[in-house]
Amino acid sequence: MKIKLKVWRQKGPNAKGEFKTYNVDHASPDMSFLEMIDVLNGELIRKGEEAIAFDHDCREGICGMCSLYINGHPHGPLQTTTCQLHMRTFKDGETITVEPWRAQAFPVIKDLVVDRSAFDRIQQAGGYVNVNTGGVPDANEIPIPKKIADEAFDAATCIGCGACVAACKNASAMLFVSAKISQFALLPQGQVERKERAEKMVAQMDAEGFGSCTNTYACEAECPKGIKVANIARMNREYLGAMLTSYEVGSGGGGE
Amino acid sequence: MNLDSKIPEGPLAEKWTKHKFNLKLVNPANKRKYEVIVVGTGLAGASAAASLGELGYNVKAFCFQDSPRRAHSIAAQGGINAAKNYQNDGDSIYRLFYDTIKGGDYRAREGNVYRLAESSVSIIDQCVAQGVPFAREYGGLLANRSFGGAQVSRTFYARGQTGQQLLLGAYGALNRQIANGKVKMYSRTEMLDVVIVDGKARGIITRDLLTGKIESHSAHAVLLCTGGYGNVFYLSTNAKGSNVTAAWRAHKRGAFFGNPCFTQIHPTCIPVSGDHQSKLTLMSESLRNDGRVWVPKKPMPGLKGADAMKVPEADRDYFLERKYPSFGNLVPRDVASRNAKIVCDEGRGVGSGLAVFLDFTDAIKRDGEATIRAKYGNLFDMYAQITGDNPYKGPMMIYPAVHYTMGGLWVDYNLMTNVPGLYALGEANFSDHGANRLGASALMQGLADGYFVIPYTVGDYLANIGWADKVSTDHPAFKEAIQQSIDRMNKLINIKGKKTVDEFHRQLGLTMWEYCGMSRSEQGLKKAKQIIQDIKKEFWTNVNVLGTANELNQELEKANRVADFIELGELMVDDALDRKESCGGHFREESQTPEGEALRKDDEYAYVAAWEYKGENQPEQLHKEELKFENVKLTQRSYK
Ligand SMILES: Cc1cc2nc3c(=O)[nH]c(=O)nc-3n(C[C@H](O)[C@H](O)[C@H](O)COP(=O)(O)OP(=O)(O)OC[C@H]3O[C@@H](n4cnc5c(N)ncnc54)[C@H](O)[C@@H]3O)c2cc1C
Ligand code: SF4
Ligand code: FES
Repeated sequence: MKIKLKVWRQKGPNAKGEFKTYNVDHASPDMSFLEMIDVLNGELIRKGEEAIAFDHDCREGICGMCSLYINGHPHGPLQTTTCQLHMRTFKDGETITVEPWRAQAFPVIKDLVVDRSAFDRIQQAGGYVNVNTGGVPDANEIPIPKKIADEAFDAATCIGCGACVAACKNASAMLFVSAKISQFALLPQGQVERKERAEKMVAQMDAEGFGSCTNTYACEAECPKGIKVANIARMNREYLGAMLTSYEVGSGGGGE
Repeated sequence: MNLDSKIPEGPLAEKWTKHKFNLKLVNPANKRKYEVIVVGTGLAGASAAASLGELGYNVKAFCFQDSPRRAHSIAAQGGINAAKNYQNDGDSIYRLFYDTIKGGDYRAREGNVYRLAESSVSIIDQCVAQGVPFAREYGGLLANRSFGGAQVSRTFYARGQTGQQLLLGAYGALNRQIANGKVKMYSRTEMLDVVIVDGKARGIITRDLLTGKIESHSAHAVLLCTGGYGNVFYLSTNAKGSNVTAAWRAHKRGAFFGNPCFTQIHPTCIPVSGDHQSKLTLMSESLRNDGRVWVPKKPMPGLKGADAMKVPEADRDYFLERKYPSFGNLVPRDVASRNAKIVCDEGRGVGSGLAVFLDFTDAIKRDGEATIRAKYGNLFDMYAQITGDNPYKGPMMIYPAVHYTMGGLWVDYNLMTNVPGLYALGEANFSDHGANRLGASALMQGLADGYFVIPYTVGDYLANIGWADKVSTDHPAFKEAIQQSIDRMNKLINIKGKKTVDEFHRQLGLTMWEYCGMSRSEQGLKKAKQIIQDIKKEFWTNVNVLGTANELNQELEKANRVADFIELGELMVDDALDRKESCGGHFREESQTPEGEALRKDDEYAYVAAWEYKGENQPEQLHKEELKFENVKLTQRSYK
């Protein structure tokens, strides 16, 4: 199949970017979207033009490294990651527009590569249970009803890709943050630090410059892992509950 | 050079306990005076960095992805073994040890493997305490499934995303130490070299992948947790960025490489669909619990999954069940892969001819589609996504693909390489899986190394050298190593040849797959050696890397890694040539039983091959560490 690509090219973080148009004449329906770009990049290099920079690693839909805003949708038209999107989804002769994630908190580094380190900093603020290695109880001493375990698992499958932010007109990170807060709010292991965790993670989220949530649910519609907006509601309850009982929020997380 | 494995004396079950008692401790107040570098944040690296940070050491951790959470461990699907015996089906630490030694075809150390089995129990406790959402039964207790090479149910899992959940647990522990200021994290930073002064590892050289800046970092000890090198084959189930660079540079600085030719070919992967293919996707081994592997008895070229249902039972050959009635579809990976190759070589392959069926019809009939969906839903979805076929309606097509490397940096019982202060953990070392790894035991090993072994053994080394024994980055050895790395980057940029990096990588991969893959012969290996030498020559005169070294340059990153893969490929071939026996994943055509099974030669080859780098274009020197078996009797592996 033949494809016309309009791709965002940007030399560096401070450079001015622009769309460039490329023709891919030998795409095959079985190719993944990233393989199609691989093929294009090979052709560009042979012509003496620098390859298009984009993030990717596992190409199995699980590492969360790939991104790309394709025809107005993060990860393209299907509810999957870009690495799992195949060319058979597109029509022969179609023009496809490819941009980086756009959000103030995700600055562009080069071409389609953005900086998502804000997500790491939010997790560092409290996305864990404070236990050291060793000295923990036997695993089966903490029975957890299957239903709760499954629900916590569903929240825990977030891959940290940032599509929710890219999909949101306010560039809100609520879906991402609420997934972790929910996982631990549901599990017995997370109870001890439940309130403190919600406070700290939300505070960090705000500090990173993500927007607020106005309930348009674009995030849920685009999330490749099907993370539910019900998590956001849970997070709001957790956060309000925490604020009512007013914990001291220190900077950073941890706390030993 | 005498290779001392440092396996403690005494009965198997007491070795580790005794050893831990004999190790020196660092006084809590002094721990903060030590610095440790951890390269890699997969299961091995994240668990090590977090645990060392908790103990009070100052840790610097590195990864090449944009976040530590994206290490390739995230992609592990099926599960993690532990000898908990929660199922009351006769499991024990000794049985897990025995299965692993046997599964590895008796090419691993008894002492190491026993310790691994022992630690497995604590791993599950640790992960559950962190909030890892393992699968559970309705009663609220943990669920298990079976994996290849075992007749008990000891695999813990989190749907088909076990690696993700375990890694996110370790990532949480790592984040906690980052927040506490005990770990400083460097993402998008690639290690290019290790610096050795007075015979000890003193630090590393890195490249900031965003700016291209080459920098040095010094420490009292360096831990390489950089994963496996399956991407030497270009097509593998590894992530695109997985590489051998860190381990290879350490090797060129003196660390021995152990059993480089021991590669695992996984039987259940999605077959290659075309020349554009950039990687292969694994379908978890757990599928063999319920899926039945078959091909038609007589060749039926081009047979597709959708038409498979029309093939009558009598015309099907469930070749694993036929040949191995006691283990059936759950034979170890090497056996399953080789048999798939055999039936395809006979012309009985389906689809493109390089595929066999994995059929769930019976399981769906027996348990219902809902149950199968609950167990494997995400895997079935992934299959449908990639192939465009519906696996609920017809069998999957699968074929073996490179998946894991048992070989790696040689380490002793303390996980230290032969270079003092330089350690290797997880898939990067050669230690516990012999010539074939059993399913669900890599996650176990990575976490055992990081959570439960290294915190003890590195402490002993640090206590012995003392905190004053550190070299600053002003030392000429650091300056020199920095310059060498800068020169190398510039050299790659300045070749300005005609071929892309990927073209070289594909060519190398095809050569390795053809001659050093599922089946190897002296003649083929010799041919491969010549081809690889030619690839190397051409690479350094004809590769085309555009852009500069002072910016984000993904082609340069790839070129730098592929250059190392090429050299590693040659060493793998040398190692495969030396080992004129078949064992585990290493099948030498010259050494098979009359039934075509792998034939080991214990009198001649019961050793670990540890290779020493001798300089550019010089043959490497082989050192042999003899393997002693005091507890298990070496038998021809049989899964019949
Ligand atoms: C698809 C798939 C499924 C699997 N399923 C299972 C399973 O079900 N059960 C099981 O037990 N095992 C499984 N395995 C094997 C297992 O996942 C791996 O062996 C294991 O996770 C490796 O962990 P690691 O910590 O050693 O390395 P990795 O997780 O690969 O981490 C390597 C780290 O090193 C870093 N790194 C590498 N090179 C450099 C460098 N030069 N500079 C800086 N950083 C560097 C990377 O950034 C990364 O952080 C699977 C493997 C694959 C490919
Ligand atoms: S919530 Fe969904 S879209 Fe957002 S980061 Fe997680 S997986 Fe990606
Ligand atoms: S590359 Fe890993 S999720 Fe797409």
